[in-house]
Amino acid sequence: MNKKHIDDIEKQMKLANEGLPECERCLFSDDRPSSVEAFNKYYEGFLNWARSRSLWMLAFGTGCGATELRPLMTSRFDMARFGIFPRPTPRQASVFVVGGYASIKTIKRIIRSYEQMQGPKYVIALGSCTINGGMYYDSYNTINRLDYYIPVDVYIAGCMPRPEALIAGFNRLKEKIRAGECEGMNEYTEKFDWYKENQKQIIKDWNMPDYNW
Amino acid sequence: MEQLIRKIKGMVHLKAYRKQRDDLYFITVEKAQLEMILSHLKKNEGFTHLAFLQAVDFIEDSRFQLTYMLYNYETGVNLGVLVLIDRDKPEMNSIHKLWAHGWQYQRELHELYGIDFPGSPRVHESFVLEGWEEMPPMRRDFDTLEYSERTFFQRPGRSTNDPKEYMKEKMYKNYAASPRIRRDDE
Repeated sequence: MNKKHIDDIEKQMKLANEGLPECERCLFSDDRPSSVEAFNKYYEGFLNWARSRSLWMLAFGTGCGATELRPLMTSRFDMARFGIFPRPTPRQASVFVVGGYASIKTIKRIIRSYEQMQGPKYVIALGSCTINGGMYYDSYNTINRLDYYIPVDVYIAGCMPRPEALIAGFNRLKEKIRAGECEGMNEYTEKFDWYKENQKQIIKDWNMPDYNW
Repeated sequence: MEQLIRKIKGMVHLKAYRKQRDDLYFITVEKAQLEMILSHLKKNEGFTHLAFLQAVDFIEDSRFQLTYMLYNYETGVNLGVLVLIDRDKPEMNSIHKLWAHGWQYQRELHELYGIDFPGSPRVHESFVLEGWEEMPPMRRDFDTLEYSERTFFQRPGRSTNDPKEYMKEKMYKNYAASPRIRRDDE
Protein backbone atom coordinates (compact mmCIF):
# COMPACT_ATOMS: atom_id res chain seq x y z
CA MET A 1 0.00 0.00 0.00
CA ASN A 2 1.33 3.37 -0.91
CA LYS A 3 0.94 6.47 1.15
CA LYS A 4 -1.95 7.85 -0.91
CA HIS A 5 -3.94 4.70 -0.31
CA ILE A 6 -3.43 4.95 3.44
CA ASP A 7 -4.49 8.59 3.33
CA ASP A 8 -7.69 7.59 1.55
CA ILE A 9 -8.52 5.00 4.17
CA GLU A 10 -7.86 7.49 6.93
CA LYS A 11 -10.12 9.97 5.18
CA GLN A 12 -12.92 7.42 5.07
CA MET A 13 -12.58 6.84 8.80
CA LYS A 14 -13.14 10.54 9.39
CA LEU A 15 -16.56 12.16 9.52
CA ALA A 16 -17.46 14.34 6.58
CA ASN A 17 -19.40 17.03 8.52
CA GLU A 18 -21.18 17.90 5.31
CA GLY A 19 -23.92 19.79 7.12
CA LEU A 20 -21.52 22.51 8.17
CA PRO A 21 -20.41 25.34 5.91
CA GLU A 22 -16.91 24.92 4.48
CA CYS A 23 -15.34 27.62 6.64
CA GLU A 24 -16.64 26.10 9.88
CA ARG A 25 -15.55 22.51 9.33
CA CYS A 26 -12.09 23.14 10.77
CA LEU A 27 -13.67 24.29 14.04
CA PHE A 28 -15.25 20.91 14.79
CA SER A 29 -13.76 17.49 15.35
CA ASP A 30 -14.14 14.96 12.57
CA ASP A 31 -13.19 11.92 14.66
CA ARG A 32 -15.54 9.03 15.10
CA PRO A 33 -16.49 8.05 18.63
CA SER A 34 -14.63 5.02 19.91
CA SER A 35 -15.74 2.14 22.11
CA VAL A 36 -14.61 1.87 25.71
CA GLU A 37 -13.23 -1.46 26.91
CA ALA A 38 -14.37 -2.75 30.27
CA PHE A 39 -11.78 -3.21 33.03
CA ASN A 40 -11.31 -6.57 34.66
CA LYS A 41 -14.39 -8.19 36.15
CA TYR A 42 -13.98 -7.18 39.79
CA TYR A 43 -12.88 -3.60 39.22
CA GLU A 44 -15.65 -3.08 36.65
CA GLY A 45 -18.15 -4.56 39.07
CA PHE A 46 -17.08 -2.07 41.70
CA LEU A 47 -17.29 0.80 39.20
CA ASN A 48 -20.75 -0.27 38.12
CA TRP A 49 -21.86 -0.38 41.73
CA ALA A 50 -20.58 3.16 42.19
CA ARG A 51 -22.13 4.39 38.95
CA SER A 52 -25.53 2.98 39.85
CA ARG A 53 -25.46 4.89 43.14
CA SER A 54 -24.89 8.34 41.73
CA LEU A 55 -27.05 8.90 38.69
CA TRP A 56 -26.90 12.49 37.56
CA MET A 57 -29.86 13.27 35.44
CA LEU A 58 -29.95 15.77 32.61
CA ALA A 59 -32.81 18.14 33.36
CA PHE A 60 -34.01 18.50 29.78
CA GLY A 61 -37.77 18.16 29.52
CA THR A 62 -38.29 17.15 25.93
CA GLY A 63 -42.03 16.64 26.09
CA CYS A 64 -45.06 16.63 28.34
CA GLY A 65 -43.63 13.72 30.37
CA ALA A 66 -41.20 16.13 31.98
CA THR A 67 -44.13 17.25 34.12
CA GLU A 68 -43.69 14.06 36.10
CA LEU A 69 -40.06 14.85 36.80
CA ARG A 70 -40.98 17.86 38.97
CA PRO A 71 -42.80 15.89 41.69
CA LEU A 72 -40.03 13.34 41.44
CA MET A 73 -37.41 15.99 42.17
CA THR A 74 -39.27 17.71 44.98
CA SER A 75 -39.98 16.64 48.51
CA ARG A 76 -42.89 14.27 48.08
CA PHE A 77 -41.13 11.62 46.02
CA ASP A 78 -37.63 12.99 46.58
CA MET A 79 -35.38 11.23 44.11
CA ALA A 80 -32.29 12.33 46.03
CA ARG A 81 -33.03 9.33 48.27
CA PHE A 82 -31.97 7.13 45.38
CA GLY A 83 -28.82 9.09 44.58
CA ILE A 84 -30.40 10.79 41.58
CA PHE A 85 -29.69 14.45 41.07
CA PRO A 86 -30.61 16.87 38.28
CA ARG A 87 -27.83 18.61 36.39
CA PRO A 88 -28.25 21.63 34.12
CA THR A 89 -25.82 20.61 31.38
CA PRO A 90 -25.21 17.43 29.39
CA ARG A 91 -21.48 17.58 30.15
CA GLN A 92 -22.17 16.77 33.80
CA ALA A 93 -25.01 14.30 33.39
CA SER A 94 -25.04 10.54 33.10
CA VAL A 95 -28.73 9.75 32.67
CA PHE A 96 -30.86 11.21 29.93
CA VAL A 97 -34.58 11.03 30.68
CA VAL A 98 -36.43 11.58 27.42
CA GLY A 99 -39.74 12.92 28.65
CA GLY A 100 -42.49 11.75 26.33
CA TYR A 101 -42.96 12.62 22.69
CA ALA A 102 -40.05 13.92 20.68
CA SER A 103 -40.78 16.10 17.68
CA ILE A 104 -38.30 16.36 14.84
CA LYS A 105 -37.11 19.71 16.12
CA THR A 106 -36.57 18.21 19.58
CA ILE A 107 -34.89 15.01 18.43
CA LYS A 108 -32.19 17.16 16.87
CA ARG A 109 -31.51 18.69 20.29
CA ILE A 110 -31.80 15.30 21.95
CA ILE A 111 -29.10 13.90 19.68
CA ARG A 112 -26.83 16.87 20.32
CA SER A 113 -27.30 16.61 24.08
CA TYR A 114 -26.87 12.85 24.11
CA GLU A 115 -23.65 13.01 22.15
CA GLN A 116 -22.25 15.72 24.42
CA MET A 117 -22.80 13.65 27.53
CA GLN A 118 -19.71 11.98 28.91
CA GLY A 119 -19.60 8.25 29.22
CA PRO A 120 -20.82 6.07 30.78
CA LYS A 121 -24.26 7.35 29.87
CA TYR A 122 -27.71 5.87 30.07
CA VAL A 123 -31.07 6.70 28.53
CA ILE A 124 -34.48 6.26 30.12
CA ALA A 125 -37.38 6.66 27.72
CA LEU A 126 -40.50 7.79 29.48
CA GLY A 127 -44.07 7.34 28.24
CA SER A 128 -45.81 5.52 25.44
CA CYS A 129 -44.75 8.03 22.81
CA THR A 130 -41.14 6.95 22.94
CA ILE A 131 -42.11 3.29 22.62
CA ASN A 132 -44.41 3.31 19.61
CA GLY A 133 -45.69 6.83 19.15
CA GLY A 134 -48.49 6.54 21.68
CA MET A 135 -51.37 8.84 20.92
CA TYR A 136 -49.23 10.70 18.39
CA TYR A 137 -48.58 7.64 16.22
CA ASP A 138 -50.07 9.38 13.16
CA SER A 139 -48.54 12.80 13.75
CA TYR A 140 -46.49 14.44 11.02
CA ASN A 141 -44.06 15.82 13.55
CA THR A 142 -43.50 13.18 16.23
CA ILE A 143 -41.10 10.28 15.93
CA ASN A 144 -42.63 6.89 16.62
CA ARG A 145 -39.86 4.96 18.29
CA LEU A 146 -36.83 6.38 19.96
CA ASP A 147 -34.50 3.39 19.81
CA TYR A 148 -33.82 3.96 16.12
CA TYR A 149 -32.19 7.31 16.92
CA ILE A 150 -30.41 6.83 20.25
CA PRO A 151 -29.90 3.62 22.25
CA VAL A 152 -32.41 3.22 25.08
CA ASP A 153 -31.72 1.29 28.29
CA VAL A 154 -35.07 1.37 30.09
CA TYR A 155 -38.57 2.13 28.88
CA ILE A 156 -41.27 3.29 31.27
CA ALA A 157 -44.71 2.71 29.79
CA GLY A 158 -47.70 4.89 30.55
CA CYS A 159 -49.27 8.12 29.47
CA MET A 160 -48.05 9.65 31.72
CA PRO A 161 -46.24 7.27 34.07
CA ARG A 162 -46.61 8.36 37.68
CA PRO A 163 -43.50 9.29 39.71
CA GLU A 164 -43.74 5.87 41.38
CA ALA A 165 -43.34 4.28 37.97
CA LEU A 166 -40.35 6.50 37.31
CA ILE A 167 -38.76 5.38 40.57
CA ALA A 168 -39.36 1.77 39.53
CA GLY A 169 -37.73 2.58 36.20
CA PHE A 170 -34.70 4.11 37.88
CA ASN A 171 -34.39 1.06 40.11
CA ARG A 172 -34.54 -1.17 37.05
CA LEU A 173 -31.80 0.95 35.49
CA LYS A 174 -29.67 0.52 38.60
CA GLU A 175 -30.09 -3.25 38.46
CA LYS A 176 -29.08 -3.24 34.82
CA ILE A 177 -26.04 -1.07 35.49
CA ARG A 178 -24.91 -3.32 38.33
CA ALA A 179 -25.35 -6.36 36.08
CA GLY A 180 -23.21 -4.61 33.45
CA GLU A 181 -25.96 -4.64 30.83
CA CYS A 182 -26.09 -0.92 30.07
CA GLU A 183 -23.79 -0.77 27.09
CA GLY A 184 -25.78 1.82 25.15
CA MET A 185 -22.79 4.06 24.61
CA ASN A 186 -20.72 1.30 23.02
CA GLU A 187 -23.71 0.19 21.00
CA TYR A 188 -24.04 3.72 19.65
CA THR A 189 -20.40 3.68 18.66
CA GLU A 190 -20.58 0.30 16.96
CA LYS A 191 -23.78 1.01 15.03
CA PHE A 192 -22.85 4.65 14.48
CA ASP A 193 -23.52 4.68 10.75
CA TRP A 194 -26.91 3.05 11.16
CA TYR A 195 -27.97 5.58 13.80
CA LYS A 196 -26.70 8.48 11.70
CA GLU A 197 -28.59 7.22 8.66
CA ASN A 198 -31.83 7.04 10.64
CA GLN A 199 -31.26 10.46 12.16
CA LYS A 200 -30.49 12.12 8.86
CA GLN A 201 -33.56 10.53 7.32
CA ILE A 202 -35.83 12.72 9.44
CA ILE A 203 -33.63 15.73 10.20
CA LYS A 204 -33.60 17.33 6.78
CA ASP A 205 -31.64 20.46 7.68
CA TRP A 206 -28.60 18.85 9.28
CA ASN A 207 -26.55 21.94 10.16
CA MET A 208 -24.42 20.50 12.96
CA PRO A 209 -21.34 18.29 13.09
CA ASP A 210 -21.85 14.57 12.50
CA TYR A 211 -20.73 13.87 16.05
CA ASN A 212 -21.06 16.55 18.72
CA TRP A 213 -18.05 16.13 20.95
CA MET B 1 -72.54 46.60 20.32
CA GLU B 2 -75.53 46.79 17.98
CA GLN B 3 -74.63 50.41 17.45
CA LEU B 4 -71.09 49.45 16.48
CA ILE B 5 -72.33 46.85 14.02
CA ARG B 6 -74.60 49.45 12.39
CA LYS B 7 -71.64 51.78 12.19
CA ILE B 8 -69.46 49.10 10.58
CA LYS B 9 -72.27 48.34 8.12
CA GLY B 10 -72.14 51.91 7.02
CA MET B 11 -68.39 51.79 6.54
CA VAL B 12 -67.73 48.48 4.81
CA HIS B 13 -69.58 45.73 3.02
CA LEU B 14 -70.54 43.37 5.85
CA LYS B 15 -70.97 39.88 4.42
CA ALA B 16 -72.20 38.22 7.60
CA TYR B 17 -72.76 38.99 11.26
CA ARG B 18 -73.25 36.54 14.13
CA LYS B 19 -73.69 36.99 17.85
CA GLN B 20 -72.44 33.93 19.69
CA ARG B 21 -72.49 35.17 23.28
CA ASP B 22 -73.03 38.48 25.00
CA ASP B 23 -69.30 39.08 24.81
CA LEU B 24 -68.45 37.27 21.56
CA TYR B 25 -69.36 38.52 18.08
CA PHE B 26 -68.22 37.58 14.59
CA ILE B 27 -68.30 39.70 11.48
CA THR B 28 -67.25 38.65 7.99
CA VAL B 29 -65.75 41.32 5.76
CA GLU B 30 -64.23 41.60 2.30
CA LYS B 31 -60.55 40.86 1.86
CA ALA B 32 -59.72 44.32 0.49
CA GLN B 33 -61.47 46.16 3.33
CA LEU B 34 -59.93 44.18 6.19
CA GLU B 35 -57.02 46.47 6.97
CA MET B 36 -59.26 49.51 6.97
CA ILE B 37 -61.79 48.00 9.38
CA LEU B 38 -59.07 46.62 11.67
CA SER B 39 -57.35 49.97 12.00
CA HIS B 40 -60.69 51.63 12.63
CA LEU B 41 -61.56 49.12 15.36
CA LYS B 42 -58.16 49.55 16.94
CA LYS B 43 -57.97 53.32 16.87
CA ASN B 44 -61.56 54.43 17.38
CA GLU B 45 -63.50 51.58 18.96
CA GLY B 46 -61.11 50.41 21.67
CA PHE B 47 -60.32 46.94 20.28
CA THR B 48 -56.66 47.38 21.09
CA HIS B 49 -55.65 43.76 21.62
CA LEU B 50 -55.14 41.14 18.90
CA ALA B 51 -55.72 37.91 20.81
CA PHE B 52 -54.91 35.57 17.93
CA LEU B 53 -54.85 35.16 14.19
CA GLN B 54 -55.99 31.76 13.04
CA ALA B 55 -56.85 29.97 9.81
CA VAL B 56 -59.51 27.39 8.98
CA ASP B 57 -59.25 25.25 5.87
CA PHE B 58 -62.59 25.05 4.03
CA ILE B 59 -61.41 22.61 1.39
CA GLU B 60 -64.93 22.03 0.01
CA ASP B 61 -65.36 25.71 -0.84
CA SER B 62 -61.68 26.06 -1.80
CA ARG B 63 -61.28 28.85 0.75
CA PHE B 64 -59.18 29.66 3.80
CA GLN B 65 -60.95 31.53 6.56
CA LEU B 66 -58.75 33.84 8.62
CA THR B 67 -59.94 34.85 12.06
CA TYR B 68 -58.60 38.06 13.57
CA MET B 69 -59.78 37.91 17.17
CA LEU B 70 -59.84 41.33 18.81
CA TYR B 71 -60.48 42.19 22.43
CA ASN B 72 -61.73 45.37 24.03
CA TYR B 73 -60.31 45.85 27.51
CA GLU B 74 -62.88 48.45 28.50
CA THR B 75 -66.05 46.59 27.61
CA GLY B 76 -64.64 43.05 27.75
CA VAL B 77 -66.05 42.20 24.31
CA ASN B 78 -64.39 39.78 21.90
CA LEU B 79 -64.87 40.55 18.23
CA GLY B 80 -63.80 38.07 15.58
CA VAL B 81 -63.20 39.59 12.17
CA LEU B 82 -63.42 36.85 9.57
CA VAL B 83 -62.14 37.04 6.03
CA LEU B 84 -62.25 34.41 3.30
CA ILE B 85 -59.31 34.07 0.94
CA ASP B 86 -58.67 31.94 -2.10
CA ARG B 87 -57.19 28.53 -1.25
CA ASP B 88 -55.36 28.00 -4.53
CA LYS B 89 -53.47 31.28 -4.32
CA PRO B 90 -53.46 32.05 -0.60
CA GLU B 91 -52.19 35.56 -0.04
CA MET B 92 -53.16 38.15 2.49
CA ASN B 93 -52.12 41.65 3.51
CA SER B 94 -49.81 41.77 6.48
CA ILE B 95 -51.03 43.37 9.71
CA HIS B 96 -47.66 43.66 11.43
CA LYS B 97 -47.86 47.44 11.22
CA LEU B 98 -51.06 47.49 13.25
CA TRP B 99 -50.02 44.90 15.82
CA ALA B 100 -46.29 44.25 16.03
CA HIS B 101 -46.71 40.68 17.24
CA GLY B 102 -48.79 39.84 14.19
CA TRP B 103 -45.68 38.77 12.29
CA GLN B 104 -45.29 35.70 14.48
CA TYR B 105 -48.82 34.49 13.73
CA GLN B 106 -48.26 35.14 10.06
CA ARG B 107 -45.04 33.19 10.08
CA GLU B 108 -46.83 30.28 11.70
CA LEU B 109 -49.67 30.42 9.18
CA HIS B 110 -47.20 30.50 6.33
CA GLU B 111 -45.56 27.36 7.61
CA LEU B 112 -48.60 25.33 8.62
CA TYR B 113 -51.10 26.42 5.92
CA GLY B 114 -48.91 27.91 3.22
CA ILE B 115 -50.61 31.32 3.38
CA ASP B 116 -48.28 34.05 2.21
CA PHE B 117 -48.13 37.49 3.79
CA PRO B 118 -45.96 39.68 1.56
CA GLY B 119 -43.94 42.25 3.50
CA SER B 120 -44.26 40.54 6.85
CA PRO B 121 -40.85 40.26 8.54
CA ARG B 122 -39.21 36.79 8.65
CA VAL B 123 -42.34 35.19 7.25
CA HIS B 124 -40.45 32.59 5.23
CA GLU B 125 -38.33 31.34 8.13
CA SER B 126 -39.24 27.95 9.58
CA PHE B 127 -41.07 28.09 12.86
CA VAL B 128 -41.80 24.61 14.26
CA LEU B 129 -40.88 22.43 11.30
CA GLU B 130 -37.21 22.65 10.47
CA GLY B 131 -36.36 21.53 6.98
CA TRP B 132 -39.91 20.66 5.94
CA GLU B 133 -40.19 19.54 2.34
CA GLU B 134 -43.78 18.36 1.95
CA MET B 135 -46.95 20.40 1.55
CA PRO B 136 -47.98 22.45 4.61
CA PRO B 137 -49.14 19.88 7.13
CA MET B 138 -52.25 21.56 8.53
CA ARG B 139 -53.98 21.59 5.16
CA ARG B 140 -56.74 19.05 5.19
CA ASP B 141 -55.59 17.20 2.09
CA PHE B 142 -52.27 16.34 3.78
CA ASP B 143 -52.45 12.69 4.86
CA THR B 144 -50.60 12.73 8.15
CA LEU B 145 -50.92 8.99 8.88
CA GLU B 146 -49.48 8.10 5.50
CA TYR B 147 -46.61 10.55 6.04
CA SER B 148 -45.93 9.13 9.50
CA GLU B 149 -45.83 5.56 8.21
CA ARG B 150 -43.56 6.57 5.36
CA THR B 151 -41.11 8.61 7.44
CA PHE B 152 -40.92 7.16 10.94
CA PHE B 153 -40.23 3.60 12.02
CA GLN B 154 -43.24 1.66 13.23
CA ARG B 155 -43.05 -0.75 16.11
CA PRO B 156 -45.15 -3.82 15.27
CA GLY B 157 -47.83 -4.99 17.68
CA ARG B 158 -49.61 -1.72 18.22
CA SER B 159 -53.36 -2.09 18.79
CA THR B 160 -56.09 0.44 19.46
CA ASN B 161 -59.56 0.25 20.96
CA ASP B 162 -62.59 2.40 20.39
CA PRO B 163 -62.80 4.16 23.77
CA LYS B 164 -66.60 4.08 23.93
CA GLU B 165 -66.97 0.38 23.16
CA TYR B 166 -63.99 -0.55 25.30
CA MET B 167 -65.26 1.25 28.38
CA LYS B 168 -68.72 -0.20 27.90
CA GLU B 169 -67.18 -3.65 27.72
CA LYS B 170 -64.77 -3.30 30.62
CA MET B 171 -66.39 -0.90 33.04
CA TYR B 172 -70.09 -0.42 32.43
CA LYS B 173 -71.19 -3.89 31.38
CA ASN B 174 -73.86 -4.20 34.04
CA TYR B 175 -74.68 -0.56 33.91
CA ALA B 176 -75.37 -0.58 30.18
CA ALA B 177 -77.76 -3.49 30.51
CA SER B 178 -79.79 -1.90 33.29
CA PRO B 179 -82.61 0.52 32.40
CA ARG B 180 -81.65 4.15 32.39
CA ILE B 181 -82.26 6.13 35.56
CA ARG B 182 -84.91 8.76 34.85
CA ARG B 183 -84.62 12.35 35.90
CA ASP B 184 -87.33 13.94 38.02
CA ASP B 185 -88.67 16.14 35.29
CA GLU B 186 -89.05 13.36 32.69
